[in-house]
Amino acid sequence: VTERVRDSLDHCVKCTICETFCPFSQVTPLFPGPKYVGPQAERYRTAGISVDASVDYCSGCGICTQVCPQDVKIAEINSQARAQLWEESGIPFRNQLIARPSVLGRLGTPVAPLANWALRNKALRLLAHRLLGIHRHAPMPRFAGRTFQRWAQRHRSPVSRRRVVYFHGCGINYYEPALGEMVVAVLEHNGFHVQVPPQDCCGLPLQSNGNFEAARAYIRRLVAKLAPYAREGVPIVTNSTSCGLMLKREAREILGVEDDDLRTVSEATYDLCEFLLLLHDRGELRTDLRALPLTVPYHAPCQQRGHGIGKPALDLLALIPDLRMIELDADCCGIAGTYGLKKEKYEISMAVGERLFRDVWESGANLAACDSETCRWQIEHGTGVHAVHPVELLYRGYGLDAPAAVGVSAG
Amino acid sequence: MTHDTVVIGAGLAGLAAALRLAEEGRRVLVVAKGVGSTHLAPATIDVLGFDGEAVESPAQALPQFAAAHPGHPYERLSVELIAASIEWLKSRLPLSGYRGGLEENVVLPTAVGAAKPSALVPETMAGGDLRAGGRFLFVGLGLKDFYPAYLADNLAGSGVPARAIELAPPLGRETDVGSVGFARRFEQPAFREAIVRELAGRLEPEERVGFPAVLGIRQAAEVWRELETRLERPVFEVATLPPSVSGIRLFEEMTAALRRAGGRIVIGQTVVGAETANGRVEAVVAEAAARTGTFRARSFVLASGGFAAGGVELNSYGKIREAIFDLALAGAATNGGPRFLPTYLEEQPLDRVGVPVDDRLRPTDAEGRPRYENLHAAGATLAGAVPWREASGNGLSLATGYAAAGAILEGDS
Repeated sequence: VTERVRDSLDHCVKCTICETFCPFSQVTPLFPGPKYVGPQAERYRTAGISVDASVDYCSGCGICTQVCPQDVKIAEINSQARAQLWEESGIPFRNQLIARPSVLGRLGTPVAPLANWALRNKALRLLAHRLLGIHRHAPMPRFAGRTFQRWAQRHRSPVSRRRVVYFHGCGINYYEPALGEMVVAVLEHNGFHVQVPPQDCCGLPLQSNGNFEAARAYIRRLVAKLAPYAREGVPIVTNSTSCGLMLKREAREILGVEDDDLRTVSEATYDLCEFLLLLHDRGELRTDLRALPLTVPYHAPCQQRGHGIGKPALDLLALIPDLRMIELDADCCGIAGTYGLKKEKYEISMAVGERLFRDVWESGANLAACDSETCRWQIEHGTGVHAVHPVELLYRGYGLDAPAAVGVSAG
Repeated sequence: MTHDTVVIGAGLAGLAAALRLAEEGRRVLVVAKGVGSTHLAPATIDVLGFDGEAVESPAQALPQFAAAHPGHPYERLSVELIAASIEWLKSRLPLSGYRGGLEENVVLPTAVGAAKPSALVPETMAGGDLRAGGRFLFVGLGLKDFYPAYLADNLAGSGVPARAIELAPPLGRETDVGSVGFARRFEQPAFREAIVRELAGRLEPEERVGFPAVLGIRQAAEVWRELETRLERPVFEVATLPPSVSGIRLFEEMTAALRRAGGRIVIGQTVVGAETANGRVEAVVAEAAARTGTFRARSFVLASGGFAAGGVELNSYGKIREAIFDLALAGAATNGGPRFLPTYLEEQPLDRVGVPVDDRLRPTDAEGRPRYENLHAAGATLAGAVPWREASGNGLSLATGYAAAGAILEGDS
């Protein structure tokens, strides 16, 4: 597969369409653009020689690959080039640290109040800025102080012949366990028995920080946990769009992991909204939805668009009476996972997000929706507007937030 | 998800069909493997620029042209319909401020100083009409592939008084700024100020001033008006080589209009096949991460382009094929003959290859019957045209996209 990714270079006709879309090269001269560091520079890269360090300023958002009319895997090629660059020069400690969310989660969770205080303490953030290179203003999530795994192990999902495996990822486990509970509730409301096997990080942050070897170890461990379910034909559902994409495609195309287990897991993996909409297409999604008289701008994150499934969240939420979704057309929020946390890249990341922030602001709404966790945190950071995963609106539409309030007028 | 219509391709033909249908309240989805022709072409709507020699009035020339070119898409379209598509586009894209019509062609200078006839041009380009006479000044900015001296010399060679100036605008830390980079800079007042200052005192009376078409993206109309006011003379844009900023504006304005009308657009998904039954297309199948996705609809528009976009393929054995539905193709020179001629500028044997259609723009089989009753084709996918020789590309795409939508609406009623 990695060979095919590189071979796609031959299809590049240098039309430069990717350059016109790249949200990062638009705001910084430090990144000359996907074509320059990709199809152009790749011609000069031979084993062990990186010709251009500017590829590190590629965020890996993947928009170049999406818009390319010739199917060149530009972002994938650039991810591999970035890893090669870091392999030669050594990966900085900072990148190693922020690329291990499950390690950070295990460290932070038991001391959540202290950790959350530290993450918001100006003096400590300045210190981290100077010593570690983590930008002092970069958005940081709050440790929940508990893990979703722990809740899931105690939770008894109703018995059903229809089973689904929930791959929740690190964001849910350490920062947003309440969202994970909503996902489970929505799936159970639709008649599923939800299984939550023990699981660790998918390795995506390590991949985008150039440590392919460690990333491969993580993805293989995760796949080993999920493969037994996939082989039984149980669908694997995730609300983390970037981790889902890692399972579906990136582990093969970028990391070059090739084994039957991964292929089986890939084919069984669904984005949550994709899964729910497929249910709806088959007439199997419950539509006992009460009115939500809200106007909510929706941003489909870059990694969500990488799934190639359209924007199922919009179709799902259209089922909720009185809910008006505004489809935003800004390309990227700028955070790109860990990119916007870095001292030298924070300003770039905020400049990329500017258009999205402005559009959210101009919508006048006090609630936004977006599938990816880091993008939601970035939207909140850039706008002050609370951002939720689309499933939270569905959860509220089903009335699962107030199950006792039967008889309350709908809307 | 079931839609009323799925449109394959996000060039002008696909977007025109989608927008017209969405405006009529249809649930429309555009699926495209990437962004295409809009970003490569200048955004002028060329209906018929050359029929042997330059065409002055497409409205007058079209009937005879269609009669002389059997199998050409224009054979399927009335002049009234083409005119209606043009008026429709003008009314839908106020930002672009399209000027002109089918009655007479505007003649604009190209980046190499050739004269190209177009029926409809963005207002920012209209001031370059060579028919108006007068003197021209072309301004270079250090933008690669735009050489004002070359442009002016070639125009002067054909009797148009023209000269060139090369400016050195402030570009900050960047040394290699492309057309989009310049367009963003023009949206900043300080940059415009620097340009105006550099030009002060260097303009001759009565001279019209041509810039490469990089005068802003979203704010192009304001930038252009400000330059006209401050330079106190007509200012116009000359289309550049790709990527085309004027084409980006067209794409942005059309996709924004499509979203407002409730249409959906998915870029980055390659349609690879279809599900068909009983002479109808039931669904198209597109590549997605880890699996394929299926898009069902009541009708479909194939606007996947020709050879350049991959809508029609030529393999190394010389076999040509329509890539998604394996439709019958027309317009190829006799089988077994050469595929290319060494005389590059002459018409090539594969120039007219594409999908043949009936009067409702439905692809036909070898017997001339519609292959699928709910599949329509538009744009560069169609057989019979040589847009780069005829100067007919965007005109064909617009009119056939508009007409395909019309056929679908008619079929519904």
